[in-house]
Amino acid sequence: MTGILIYLIILLITALLSPILIRKGGKTAPWLLSMVSAAGFAYLLGFAGFISKGNALNYTIEWLPELYLNFSLYLDGLSLFFALLVTGMGSLVLVFSGNYMKPYPMKHRFFFLLLLFEFAMLGLILSGNLFTMFIFWELTSVSSFLLVGFNHEKPEARNAALQALLITVAGGLAMMAGFIMLGQMAGTLEINQLLQSGDIIRNHPHYLPALLLVLAGAFTKSAQFPFHFWLPGAMQAPSPVSAYLHSATMVKAGVYLLMRLSPVMGGTPEWKYILTITGAITMILGGYFAYSQTDFKKVLAYTTISALGTLVLMLGIGTDISIKAAIIFLLVHALYKGALFMIAGLIDKSVGSRDLRKIGGLSKVMPTASLAAIISLISMAGLPPMIGFIGKELIYEAKFALPDIGNLLLVAGVTTNVIMVAISLALIFNLFLGPLKYPGEKPKRPAFALRIGPALLAGISLIFGLFPARVADFLLSPAIKSIRPSIDSLKLSLWHGFNEVLLISFITVAAGVVLFLLYRKVNPLLTHFNTKVLTFRLADTFNNGLNMFLYLTKRKTSFIQSGYQRFYLMAIFIMTSVLAWYQLIYTWPEIENISFSKPGFFEMMILLLIVSSTLIAVLVRSRLAAILSLGAVGYGIGLLFIIYGAIDVAITLMLAETLVLVLFMVVIYHLPKFANFSSKASRLRDAAIALLVGGFMTGLVLKAGQLNLNPKISDFYVENAIPLAHGSNIVNVILVDFRALDTLGEITVLVIAAIGVVALLKLKTKKGSAT
Amino acid sequence: MKSYIVQLAATRLLPVTLILSLLVFYRGHNEPGGGFIGGLMAAAGFIFYAMAYDTAKAEKKLRVSPLMLIVAGLSFAFISTLPSLFAGNPFFTGEWISLNIPLLGKLKLGSPLLFDLGVYLAVWGVIITIIFNVMEE
Repeated sequence: MTGILIYLIILLITALLSPILIRKGGKTAPWLLSMVSAAGFAYLLGFAGFISKGNALNYTIEWLPELYLNFSLYLDGLSLFFALLVTGMGSLVLVFSGNYMKPYPMKHRFFFLLLLFEFAMLGLILSGNLFTMFIFWELTSVSSFLLVGFNHEKPEARNAALQALLITVAGGLAMMAGFIMLGQMAGTLEINQLLQSGDIIRNHPHYLPALLLVLAGAFTKSAQFPFHFWLPGAMQAPSPVSAYLHSATMVKAGVYLLMRLSPVMGGTPEWKYILTITGAITMILGGYFAYSQTDFKKVLAYTTISALGTLVLMLGIGTDISIKAAIIFLLVHALYKGALFMIAGLIDKSVGSRDLRKIGGLSKVMPTASLAAIISLISMAGLPPMIGFIGKELIYEAKFALPDIGNLLLVAGVTTNVIMVAISLALIFNLFLGPLKYPGEKPKRPAFALRIGPALLAGISLIFGLFPARVADFLLSPAIKSIRPSIDSLKLSLWHGFNEVLLISFITVAAGVVLFLLYRKVNPLLTHFNTKVLTFRLADTFNNGLNMFLYLTKRKTSFIQSGYQRFYLMAIFIMTSVLAWYQLIYTWPEIENISFSKPGFFEMMILLLIVSSTLIAVLVRSRLAAILSLGAVGYGIGLLFIIYGAIDVAITLMLAETLVLVLFMVVIYHLPKFANFSSKASRLRDAAIALLVGGFMTGLVLKAGQLNLNPKISDFYVENAIPLAHGSNIVNVILVDFRALDTLGEITVLVIAAIGVVALLKLKTKKGSAT
Repeated sequence: MKSYIVQLAATRLLPVTLILSLLVFYRGHNEPGGGFIGGLMAAAGFIFYAMAYDTAKAEKKLRVSPLMLIVAGLSFAFISTLPSLFAGNPFFTGEWISLNIPLLGKLKLGSPLLFDLGVYLAVWGVIITIIFNVMEE
């Protein structure tokens, strides 16, 4: 397991070094980077034998075990399956990008980000602790943001990137709260321990809120309705990114999380209904929008949403067969969708357009790529002999086996699949077969590096379809067993014999063909409907909401941050004293019961001094006199401290009072005389605030005398001042030894204040001298 | 408003305030006083001097820029946190050594003393930085 950690580190280092490599390495650099990823794939594949026997590996570095925070890695069937997907797709996409990104001047950044994403995604998959996972999860969001906004000079790309980031990160934060709740319930965040504590969590009173929070993370990441809209927007990213992040791996992170946690949180009615309903809506919605698009990439984006919906739906159903179907469909989808996105990029690059109305018959110029695309599309349609057929059959079977809502889901599933068949056929016959059509120059045969990825993926789709049993034993069964250990081995074959499922498949295909024949007539109508009639768009609503929020924040800020110190002080004084009063009122009876000792002659004289100075300060009409009388108040209080024996405080207060007085004098020297006095209304307001604050301070002092806080603290200081700190002045010992860190903070703040004063004054002089 | 009497007083009082402030700083460990009070007193002496003459003269008398005092003060304070790490104790633990000096007897030195010196210098520097800057306006 240490090996896997080392591999993760190697991947990160590769990412950091990739910009240099891409700049200096020329043509071979992307191949080298791809080899790093492929090596990871091979290394992980080496674990398959061990894992398929039902073993799991765990590796933990403790960080804050008291808060359940550890860095852990966990490898079982499920994470191995995903990890292979991430590294395998990664190496193909890196090769593809090597050629695809050639014209981009910033391509070295692109490779860095792509590898960083691979690191983050692999880390997410292999995390053995939910917090480790959360950190990698957020890192995938950030790298996705940077990759979607890679063409940052385009405003649409920036906007789409921001939207994707805000939605996934908001979901991620909710998810973190959910993880914390899970940790509190189970007393651990380690996945291998959480898997044992499913019963505790499901029966916990906080199960539902925790579930909703975790689902918020999973649904935003996996583009489930109503958060699905960021995914089509994310198609602004270069095609390799769409192939890698937004179809094969990152958007599946949410599905992965659901699979990971389904033994922990799954199986309850809440889980079942939320997942099935959300999944079904997403599935149908994705299908409808896919059918009505004209941009090849957008079609793929919406079919991805639909596929993600199907996966969530399967996990929601939660029967043995639906979990099998989910795992297989996940593999199926990654294979064909990755290939198709790469082909979309390839077409975009060599034809210069992705508009389905303008291009066609591409098999005449790019035979290999077209063959790969056709194979992948057949898999997407769920036709034999592809692995997609097996996936679809299992999905139907899963829905069949469901007693209550199965029929409804079956109808939804069939509808979606009919659409998939129609789209696949439309793409096959219009885009790849048929007469050659292109908008600009005659397209060239795409480069080898562009063709190899899709061709390999399509080949795998075909081979897995023909020989499914091997894959099932080796990879899929262990993955399924780590979701539900009770499931017996997966038996896959292309031919099930005649049953209801096969019959429905026939119906699906037939209906799909009909829908395909209508495609050319219906598609323009639907496009028109989508753009003209259906003007409500979630993405726009989101943007409007965001703008509204920004506007409100601006208003709020300009209201609160008035720029006048008197208003700031007023706000602080009023808030503090009102909050304190709220508490003081409750304890007022106790304060009333305080008995006072009779003050002596000195105290009375000092009190007289303080009170009369205060009155003078308020009433006098000259600033100088007002400040001097305020100083007198301060000295009076200092005298009181001397009488009651707090010499340190008294000295400090006297000195501070003197210096403040000096400071005031220096400032006043520059000010004109009082020209106009404040109005009666504002004076009344100030008086009210002053009374409020003064009363609060008085109450606080009285209350403080009554409180009997833990006396051990002061006793501790008294007892330990000499033995521990070698000083008998307790005040000073507290300042420089017991609570020295506080003092360090305080002097640092003082220094910052001094720098602030210097900066303000110097800034003003500069401006003054300029005018 | 330059008064010769005030100037003379300020010149004569400056060393007295400084010695007094050092005394207050030093005895602070066992009797009322300490770095904070000492720093305020030292600052007060220089501010009186600046009021009698002007800030430029006062800064000249100080020889180093007030900012240097701040830098030195903060540095001492931060350095005083380090000995505990070398001793293997929790961060910021006070570490003491006692020296036997002939004639004077036993002298106890510790990182809190260094820390207090840091406070002394920082407070001194901060106060005169602020007041000098405002006075120059």
